[in-house]
Amino acid sequence: MSQTTMDPRLLRAPPKRKLRLSWADERVRGIVWQILVVGLFGAIFYWLWSNTVHNLEVRRIATGFGFLDREAGLPIGESLIEYSPTDTYLRALLVGLLNTLKVAVVGIVLATVLGTLVGIARLSRNWLLSKVAGVYIEVIRDLPLLLQLLFWYSIMQSLPGPRQSLNPVEGVFLSNRGLKLPWLEWQDAHTYALLAFVAGAVGTWLWSRRATALRLQDGKPRPVWPAALGLLVGLPLVVWFAFGAPWTVDWPALRGFNFRGGLTVTPEYFALLLGLVLYTAGFIAEIVRAGIQAVPHGQWEAAQALGLRRGAVLKRIVLPQALRVIIPPMTSQYLNITKNSSLAVAIGYQDIVSIANTVLNQTGQAIEGIAIIMLVYLTISLSISLFMNWYNARIALVER
Amino acid sequence: MQPFGLFSTRALSAAALAGTLLAGVAAPARAQAPAAQAPAAAASNTFDAVRSRGTLSCGVNTGVAGFAQPDSQGVWRGLDVDYCRAIAVALFNDANKVRFVPTTAQNRFTALQSGEVDLLARNTTWTLSRDTSLGFDFAAVNFYDGQGFMVKTSTGAKSGKDLEGATICVQPGTTTEQNLTEWARANRIRFSPVVIERLEEVVQAYASGRCDAYTTDISGLASTRSTQPNSEEHVILPDVISKEPLGPLVRQGDARFADVVRWTHFLLIAAEEFGITQANAAQMVNDPRPEVQRMLGRGGDLGKMLGLDNAWGLNVIRAVGNYGELFERHLTPIGIKRGPNALWTNGGLQYAPPFR
Repeated sequence: MSQTTMDPRLLRAPPKRKLRLSWADERVRGIVWQILVVGLFGAIFYWLWSNTVHNLEVRRIATGFGFLDREAGLPIGESLIEYSPTDTYLRALLVGLLNTLKVAVVGIVLATVLGTLVGIARLSRNWLLSKVAGVYIEVIRDLPLLLQLLFWYSIMQSLPGPRQSLNPVEGVFLSNRGLKLPWLEWQDAHTYALLAFVAGAVGTWLWSRRATALRLQDGKPRPVWPAALGLLVGLPLVVWFAFGAPWTVDWPALRGFNFRGGLTVTPEYFALLLGLVLYTAGFIAEIVRAGIQAVPHGQWEAAQALGLRRGAVLKRIVLPQALRVIIPPMTSQYLNITKNSSLAVAIGYQDIVSIANTVLNQTGQAIEGIAIIMLVYLTISLSISLFMNWYNARIALVER
Repeated sequence: MQPFGLFSTRALSAAALAGTLLAGVAAPARAQAPAAQAPAAAASNTFDAVRSRGTLSCGVNTGVAGFAQPDSQGVWRGLDVDYCRAIAVALFNDANKVRFVPTTAQNRFTALQSGEVDLLARNTTWTLSRDTSLGFDFAAVNFYDGQGFMVKTSTGAKSGKDLEGATICVQPGTTTEQNLTEWARANRIRFSPVVIERLEEVVQAYASGRCDAYTTDISGLASTRSTQPNSEEHVILPDVISKEPLGPLVRQGDARFADVVRWTHFLLIAAEEFGITQANAAQMVNDPRPEVQRMLGRGGDLGKMLGLDNAWGLNVIRAVGNYGELFERHLTPIGIKRGPNALWTNGGLQYAPPFR
């Protein structure tokens, strides 16, 4: 990280000492202790493992992950991928994993946006705005999340039934069955257009890097936006037209008990997302406030002395410096959102915990089920941590 | 300041039970762990472990009227609860030597596997896979049930076929949700499930109109209906979509304990058949019929053969009454008819092998 040249004295190799096989040798002692500790842990783990396996056998409880191939037979309310009860347990668990990711990823994005806005609002010189933000933060942070989720869910449930649903705009229905929106009938052309958009985004990023590098060489500015417009908007449009520009809207309509067609946001998902975002945003707001206040006041004064307006000072001078304070605690909040999403079981959103619990119960494979849940959360959390640590290292102050 | 909300309370208990399983299962391998403190020691010989501990640990439902529910004084009441008491009387001649452990649909099996409870009397359906791969033994069927649907009368649904397109509330981790999907597939009915674990929450979701229908065992529907403020606004549809033989179960590996549970059940049935009631049990000891005398410990050594006191039958019936009395006390008030649970002599399925 640091780019200082090494002190020449440090480049000298330390003197090599022979290992003396004596208790007086510090390194020998160190090695012996390490072997002992590792051996002890290994022995404890082995003891737990072998006893468990032995006793499971004695009680004739089946073990192993063979059950994953069996037919699940469990109904799942919402799924990002095709799922029917005739699919395997493995696929049911995959649906659960995707449902967890769906709420975690959207939750992280929304909570970051809302939290940052509230954090800035709290520092605003507008009395009303700063007080409202303060009250929001205090109330939201002081109530247990589970309580808030149940509160939002009961509000969703007290909406009118599908036949009396609120219909604010043509094609949009709000009832206790959730929010119904008109949605595009998805066809191959849309998938290709989406892929083109992703390719365009990568292309834009590459071009902007190249433009910066060239500018550093010859000092001539090269605008990025024409290329960005062409790659992000033009390319997907061209691809979409090339496939005949299909455009059919799927309108929701009341048939029998319920709505058919359209896009559904279920009350369970909405209550969970709302609860998580509002709750976590309260914490993020405080982190953002602390980060901004950690930037020395002299920075504000210096920037204002240069004639920058308040907004520009915040955007160009203060926030980039505040980010260095904000990012590490923010990682914890992102991890919290992910883990708290498991409270979904309380309000009937079928996330990985809910589905794994059911699978565990139907198959009786408690140890395997809990292991799967732990593995999933560990993987998601470690990925978030790795990404955030990388990002933190990138924006860290480069000291010269 | 930050909550450590890795798991919900439910999942946490499941995790804790998995932990218990890991540690508790591991313990018996230690050289003769002291039997006193012990879900662990219950591993292979439940009968001796329970006897030496002095109390029976009984897994029951968290609150289903008629089967297991604490009353306003906090005393557990219900058919399953009285089965626990009956077995405690058989073992200790004391109906109070039971510790009731409320279990959810999802954590009940881990509770039994791990030794947290000795016996599960919790509206649990007897199925082949539970009897084998979960490592359990079903001792008896104390209630023949079937799965059905409850809807609000305002929906106008008359039978299960009217549920096309409906949203159906169901509890996870049970045979109920599997029956539901299989029934829907067989009848080509599309439905959207709302799956909520806690009984109170799932009933709330149904009552608030989040779901058009609520499905579970008909006894459970009747119990839920009886606790709704306007019970006449709910109707149980005539369809019965599954067989649900509910009964007490124990861990595999101790046939003696399973025998005690099984024969205590038969005792309650036979007592009804022979007209032995809580009130007249003491006099019935002098009844001339030899089988009655053997059941009540006047003649023969049936109690000893089970490893119990010879007067166990008399004690059990004096403490809780016969099967008919239990049914009358707990299930008739919430509107459940005898139906298939009548004695075989009245055309029902409840039947006890001979006491000899």
